[in-house]
Amino acid sequence: MMTTDHAPAKPPFWNNPQVRAVAFQAIALIATVSFGLYLFANTQANLQRLGIASGFDFLSSPAGFDIIQSLIPYSATASYGQVFWVALLNTLLVAALGVILATLLGFVIGVARLSKNWLIARLALIYVETFRNIPLLLQIFFWYFAVLRAMPAPRLSYSLGDVVFLNIRGLYLPAPQVEPGFGWAIAAFGIAVFLTLVLVRWARRRQAATGRQFPVVSAALALLLCLPLLTFWLAGSPLHWQLPELQGFNFRGGWVLIPEMASLLLALTIYTAAFIAEIVRAGIQAVSHGQTEASFSLGMNPGKTLRLIILPQALRVIIPPLTNQYLNLTKNSSLAAAIGYPDLVSSFAGTVLNQTGQAIECIAITMAVYLAISLLISLLMNLYNRRAALVER
Amino acid sequence: MNRAKTLTLTAAAMMLLTAAGSAYAGKTLDAIKERGFIKCGVSDGLPGFSYADEKGNYNGIDVDVCRAVAAAVFGDATKVKFTPLTAKERLTALQSGEIDVLSRNTTWTSSRDSAQGLNFTGVTYYDGQGFLVNKKLGVKSAKQLDGATVCVQAGTTTELNLSDYFRANKLKLTPISYDKSDESAKSLEAGRCDVLTSDQSQLYAQRIKLAKPDDYVVLPEVISKEPLGPVVRHGDDEWFDIVKWALFVMVNAEEAGVTSNNVDAMKKSTNPDIKRLLGVEGDKGKDFGLANDWMAVVIKQVGNYGEVFDRNVGKGSPLKIERGLNALWTQGGLQYAPPVR
Repeated sequence: MMTTDHAPAKPPFWNNPQVRAVAFQAIALIATVSFGLYLFANTQANLQRLGIASGFDFLSSPAGFDIIQSLIPYSATASYGQVFWVALLNTLLVAALGVILATLLGFVIGVARLSKNWLIARLALIYVETFRNIPLLLQIFFWYFAVLRAMPAPRLSYSLGDVVFLNIRGLYLPAPQVEPGFGWAIAAFGIAVFLTLVLVRWARRRQAATGRQFPVVSAALALLLCLPLLTFWLAGSPLHWQLPELQGFNFRGGWVLIPEMASLLLALTIYTAAFIAEIVRAGIQAVSHGQTEASFSLGMNPGKTLRLIILPQALRVIIPPLTNQYLNLTKNSSLAAAIGYPDLVSSFAGTVLNQTGQAIECIAITMAVYLAISLLISLLMNLYNRRAALVER
Repeated sequence: MNRAKTLTLTAAAMMLLTAAGSAYAGKTLDAIKERGFIKCGVSDGLPGFSYADEKGNYNGIDVDVCRAVAAAVFGDATKVKFTPLTAKERLTALQSGEIDVLSRNTTWTSSRDSAQGLNFTGVTYYDGQGFLVNKKLGVKSAKQLDGATVCVQAGTTTELNLSDYFRANKLKLTPISYDKSDESAKSLEAGRCDVLTSDQSQLYAQRIKLAKPDDYVVLPEVISKEPLGPVVRHGDDEWFDIVKWALFVMVNAEEAGVTSNNVDAMKKSTNPDIKRLLGVEGDKGKDFGLANDWMAVVIKQVGNYGEVFDRNVGKGSPLKIERGLNALWTQGGLQYAPPVR
């Protein structure tokens, strides 16, 4: 029995680090799940006790109220489910336009921040410091209540050649009315796009092989403009413009950009652009100055240097924080409720919730949708980032 | 289960967690007595109904209903904490237990009484929806509103009636839904909308808040029935009864000619109805689980229905609204309360 004295005693199983790790994770999982189940059961019990209806049946009942802006056909007789789609599309519209405009403006301001021109650089600095330091809601109120409320009444509209009208009810633009035969022009545009792609490939190959450059941009523009226009003319101009006309209280016909949307879009764009400008500046400054000097000594002009040398490298730094700004902009668009723009939060999580009283369902749907939109934006930006990122060999 | 679904469920559950707390805290009345005050949801600024003056004191018909409930429970009409709520927030706040009673010009409807788990305790004000327009437009009837832009409060029955009315009369409608009634009023003034629609009482109240009230006129059409009253949650009949009778007491008091001024003298009355009402005879008050003379306290501290009406929206107020439908049944109106017996 001597050997047993010296052999190390087998440690009890709870001292085994692997067993412990698994056990703690299991406990955490069980605790989380049972807490979730408790909350769920509790909610159910409470709803039942208070006699509040639950479930998603309400989505098919008629809504009974009108909405000022809808991208799809909608009337008060449509269902709550239809309200959801109208509201979602309104949110996506303002978010998508906001992302595009904020990116463009942000890049311009960001580059201007680094301009050698003292005045331009200072103006860009003032822009950034002003707009990113004022709360977004205040900016929305500023545009809505201060700026757009100062517009004249419909009868006193500012007009541009009796085609475009601006008044307190919005910006009225002529709406294109498509006639049969317009399909040819669209087809011609499709062909032009295809030819442009072929041209770009060919020009790249030729430059790689021979070093000779081809004026791709002007050729592509000519192709993209002339081919559809020529077809359009040959098809007998199958398009007319429906002009907005003052009838009774308001202008009717044409397209209208309502002030609620305009002020929300302006505020989101200007606010987010200030952050994007700083991201762009940081990205450009992250590229070592030697790159610029090397580019100049190779004979490239400043424009080409920025476009071909600096920006591609800066993008690697820019894209991840830029994604955050896109997510912020999309989520900030829910401030729409403050000025009556019919977005998801205002129309669905607001009016529908109130008319049906089904708070849990409406809020759950809305949260799930914002989560899905955010994850989708992240996914797309991550894919783009993978393309722009440094490829290590 | 995917991520979105998991989140959805968790979120859903989290929302009623607060409600769970109050659900197990015992009956509403016990919780209120322990707390020492009533949590009452009122509107976020509507002259005559609930409006905070420069000192932060609330006034109005809806406010007085809550004061009456506090007088009934505590014998002290000041033991109320008011929570200003928008039209969109109000019902959820009540459902989740954030407030004990909602007294915020809320229309009694079938779906609120059933699917939304609420109980209306009575009608403080019989109202109907109307339209407020600028006189400059020269509109004489709501039927002339084809193509008009209309400001309306989001999440109200008004929003639904508006769509129904325009559809039924084949008029084109452009609605703008704001969360706050103040925003609607500002938009009407600025000309963002041609018309403001709401319950008529609210239109009168909104009008006196405008810079030039005389430039605006309420159109003659009343397009809906809007019985406005206090609301409580399902599931506590005792509390339901107290809130219900706080209002009935005030109506009965007006009918019996008992006012806040003469209530003490009236205790010597020989009229058996008045004796029961003031707790001089019998123990009707005790049946509610309250002090036996609580009805007299309500009348003394808050007043009868007629006093409350006149002081807040009627002759004694800037609104000068006629009693109309809100006169007692004995005077051709609809205000009628069950007897104290």
